[in-house]
Amino acid sequence: MTDNLSDQQLEQRETEFQQRIDAEEKIEPKDWMPEKYRQNLIRQMSQHAHSEVIGMQPEGNWITRAPTLHRKAILLAKVQDEGGHGLYLYSAAETLGISREELIASLHSGSAKYASIFNYPTLSWADIGAIGWLVDGAAICNQVSLQRTSYGPYSRGMVRICKEESFHQRQGYHIMMTLARGSAEQKEMAQDALNRFWWPSLMMFGPHDADSVHSAQSMKWKIKRQSNDELRQKFVDQSVKQAEVIELELPDPDLKWNEERGHYDFGEIDWEEFKRSMTGGGPCSRQRLAHNIQAHDDGAWVREAMRAYESKKREAKDQAVA
Amino acid sequence: MSTDNPVSQYAVRLADDALILGHRLSEWCSRGPFLEEDLALSNVALDYIGRARMFYGYAAELSGDDRSEDDFAFLRDCRDFGNLLIHELPRGDFAFTMARQYLVDVHSVAFMTDLQSSTDATLAAIAGKAVKESNYHLRRSRDWMLRLGGGTEESHRRLQHAVDELWGFTPEMFEMDELEKSLAGQGVAVDVSRLQPAWDTEVRATLAAANMSIPEEDWQVSGGRQGKHTEWLGHLLSDLQFMQRAYPGLEW
Ligand SMILES: [Fe+2]
Ligand SMILES: [Fe+2]
Repeated sequence: MTDNLSDQQLEQRETEFQQRIDAEEKIEPKDWMPEKYRQNLIRQMSQHAHSEVIGMQPEGNWITRAPTLHRKAILLAKVQDEGGHGLYLYSAAETLGISREELIASLHSGSAKYASIFNYPTLSWADIGAIGWLVDGAAICNQVSLQRTSYGPYSRGMVRICKEESFHQRQGYHIMMTLARGSAEQKEMAQDALNRFWWPSLMMFGPHDADSVHSAQSMKWKIKRQSNDELRQKFVDQSVKQAEVIELELPDPDLKWNEERGHYDFGEIDWEEFKRSMTGGGPCSRQRLAHNIQAHDDGAWVREAMRAYESKKREAKDQAVA
Repeated sequence: MSTDNPVSQYAVRLADDALILGHRLSEWCSRGPFLEEDLALSNVALDYIGRARMFYGYAAELSGDDRSEDDFAFLRDCRDFGNLLIHELPRGDFAFTMARQYLVDVHSVAFMTDLQSSTDATLAAIAGKAVKESNYHLRRSRDWMLRLGGGTEESHRRLQHAVDELWGFTPEMFEMDELEKSLAGQGVAVDVSRLQPAWDTEVRATLAAANMSIPEEDWQVSGGRQGKHTEWLGHLLSDLQFMQRAYPGLEW
């Protein structure tokens, strides 16, 4: 796209581009954009899409074992929604001139990332509640903010996705509430799920702003609208109240209301664990990727058959015309 | 946990069919050959779970005690399940899942169409919703029969294998026992024995269009309606019923 531009023209374009961003104009697929903007978006959007798709696994793990038919139907619909989100996001990423096959290939090669939270196992039914409440809750904080992202197709995708996410969070919270008000065993199950998913949920917002490689440029281009730490704070503040209502305890001894800041202070995240989990060392990292690769490989003959059938049909049609 | 009311018993059978097939379909979640198909399979699974809930709900209502849909789904063992065997067979590969779906869909469309004119208003209403879903399922599964049959050598081979493995489980779909005969006599139940010729014609036409050979009809298995199942059902139930068995009597 930029091949034939002189340095001077390129600089001019970039200035104009930044002016459009500053004026809150949306960038559309056919508009000129700096190559780095495009790359940055592909990275972020594909990471987002892969997270939706990989996230189907830990929750899918409980579809066949859901405790009631009503919960089963809700969970199945919820996991299906997440797959749908993946689909929108892949399509939105494709408007940047990259194919879904390429995106999936970089997931499988390990060069593209997905949210590290999905590398934790779902060990009890309460984990389904914890994921809906916390993981979808954290995702909403992020995605509400991303509704104002500068790239048009991404922004519109987020608007659509956010509508479904709040239903996801409600159903998760409702599972937790039911357990917390249930038998001693159920309450313990809920608390245990919260203990295991709380810190990984905070990690979903990424490194501290000061340590985030892509953050500054992403904010300038308004790909991101709020910083990792701002969003994390918002999430902590809202979760404290929600936990209080159902009388579960957030597993952080340093959690305390700070009058001066008007926010809750909270303890430091174990960044070593975060790094491990992001780089293939989470408890289920290898399993999640292997599962996705297996499904893709098992489906290869189906996709091939579909292509072969379509091309035979086209040939037959062409022959009929000729 | 058998129930005396014949209509309730009938509704439970139909619910069992829907629940067990819905369970098998839901196992595909995150394992589909591509994302769109993954979602489509979940969608069909959801239709079946919904159908199971309506039939169980009605059975519970008729039984007149305080049983719920979940008691029927989670607290009965193999011998009390009355689903047709074809629904409980493991999902197999994509060709197996689709071939089963197709064979069942052709039956379901005809069955639910008939059940719509049941003298039992509730069964008729459930059928009215189900027939729309099944028509849509059939369009999809028939398309897949043509695609897989006419796709590659491998897809053709896999589909033929699936049809061969399924064939002996299809005659059971047209069997009538005393309960169904008596209910059909009252205009409540569908007389499935009458659905067989049209099913046969349609399925054979699709198999021909998909370049499949018609399997030799020298074996047939049945017994699901009497609770005589394959060994697969027990394992399915141990998965499906885990929570209610491990933590009995709680709200979820
Ligand atoms: Fe999502
Ligand atoms: Fe969600």
